[in-house]
Amino acid sequence: MLKLGVPSKGRLMDKTFQWFGQRGVTLRKSGSDREYAGAVDGIDGVELVLLSAGEIPRELAAGNIHLGVTGTDLLREKLANWDSRVAELAPMGFGRADLIIAVPQAWVDVDTLDDLDAAAAAFRGQHGLRLRIATKYHRLVREFLRDHGVADYQLVDSQGATEGTVKNETAEAIADITSTGETLRANGLKILNDGLIHASQATLFRGRRAGWTDDQRQKLKALQLVLGI
Amino acid sequence: MPGSPEILTEARRLRDHFADQGGLVVKAEVLQPAETLLDLYGEDIRARAYLTSDPLRGEMVLRPDFTVPVVQMHMETHAEPARYTYSGKVFRKQESDETRANEYVQVGYEVFDGQNPAGADAEVFATIAAGLDGLPVRAATGDIGILTAAVRGLQTTDARKAALLRHIWRPGRFKALLKRYGGAEMPASRAALLAADDPFAEAGPDIGRRSREEVAARIDALRADAAAAPIAGEEIGLIDAILSLRETCPNVLSALRDIAVDMPAVRDAVGRMSARLDALAARGIDVEALEFEGSYGRTSLEYYDGFVFGFYASDRPDLPPVATGGRYDALTARLGQGRAVPAVGGVIRPDLVMGLSC
Repeated sequence: MLKLGVPSKGRLMDKTFQWFGQRGVTLRKSGSDREYAGAVDGIDGVELVLLSAGEIPRELAAGNIHLGVTGTDLLREKLANWDSRVAELAPMGFGRADLIIAVPQAWVDVDTLDDLDAAAAAFRGQHGLRLRIATKYHRLVREFLRDHGVADYQLVDSQGATEGTVKNETAEAIADITSTGETLRANGLKILNDGLIHASQATLFRGRRAGWTDDQRQKLKALQLVLGI
Repeated sequence: MPGSPEILTEARRLRDHFADQGGLVVKAEVLQPAETLLDLYGEDIRARAYLTSDPLRGEMVLRPDFTVPVVQMHMETHAEPARYTYSGKVFRKQESDETRANEYVQVGYEVFDGQNPAGADAEVFATIAAGLDGLPVRAATGDIGILTAAVRGLQTTDARKAALLRHIWRPGRFKALLKRYGGAEMPASRAALLAADDPFAEAGPDIGRRSREEVAARIDALRADAAAAPIAGEEIGLIDAILSLRETCPNVLSALRDIAVDMPAVRDAVGRMSARLDALAARGIDVEALEFEGSYGRTSLEYYDGFVFGFYASDRPDLPPVATGGRYDALTARLGQGRAVPAVGGVIRPDLVMGLSC
């Protein structure tokens, strides 16, 4: 049996069901709407597992599911060395969102990472604390800023309403997901010109964990044939 | 296994060796307050060390090295000169290479002695080398002090020198800054900002703790920078020449003396290197064959600011260094609240020593 992990609710689940449906594989919730049990029609030997999108990377890496649908942002954030632990089978073309760095529009002197770095140095001198960047994507943001030589900042954890942290003075800048930039503008923020950390979309992954049976490998091939990927 | 009996025996042998050289045996807590490390290294330390939080003591860290606690202990209690040795586990997160140990023993030797820095550099290097005697290792050396002296000696504004010095340990950003100060075109957005009659015309609401005055101050700084003359190509060429040095110590010394003719600011640092080589030779180190790399030691933990060295398994370039060390005067200044003590030290990893000898 091949276990396929799919986000258990919302647009991501609906779009995933639609994507598989268009390719001849019907995924659906079984039982009542509140139950997280699923069924698969159109191919044998594939079991649907409904999970929170944030848990799918971990379950894939652990080998508890064999295939999974989640955003590339969540996957890269949650799995160190992600490409040695999972493989991308197909980008799915929805759930697009950019992980970006945004600063107040009032910072007319800051348009690039180079500016952010200089502003951080001055801010630390002035306020005695490192410039705070609110995010929930700690690993991705830290690696990005390290690769681009930005110093004198600190990350503060923000699991929601991140755009409001600057106004509330719990952070000076943010690193967050945006699709249109509307919420950022409404909160007086702007995206840095070279501040795109990662362009994410929903993607079908397979786990690389050893221990797949021949049967599971064949099931995967059959599924890929049906899906045309 | 990080704590196998063989490794502990080897650690004991090395610590005894350091104690025989005059090192006072000291210990440090496994769990350290994280504040100092966070202040020193910022966010990078979170990627490298295990941080945890204590409800009463705040953020704590599993010690990623002994140097910081040993410096703190020395600054609080002891007078110069002092020599210390220690042996114990350190803990490092490995985010990209699972095969590298995240927990291993370090045995170290630290010298706090401002009387004779060249002699102290040579003492630490030779003591570490003696601990590795007979093993198939090669040594690499460098000197961050030469690069910082060269930057301080540039014919340019203090603001530019400060920005370059701040990024000595981030080679990519350092290079980009040097290029811009050398006259490369500024980003279009900055040119537009500086040309604007009212830079704040489309500023949007004032939110957050960075005030409009701070933004205005940076615009002034950018204007001043735009008005400053570019750093001459010859001077940038000399910095590049220093960074690309990769030769035996005597050849590097001779090249640096040539550079010092055009850039007198490095003369003192080159003199210190020369004195160090004499002191190393006096301790029986074959300096004729000793390698020197101009950019050695520019890792992202801002730590060493003078002499730096590492010992590597000769036939295993993929392994981490068996031993590393260097001078960290700036660290003692930061931790000593105004009081600075010239200090140099090094550590050996007994687990890697065991791997070489069997």
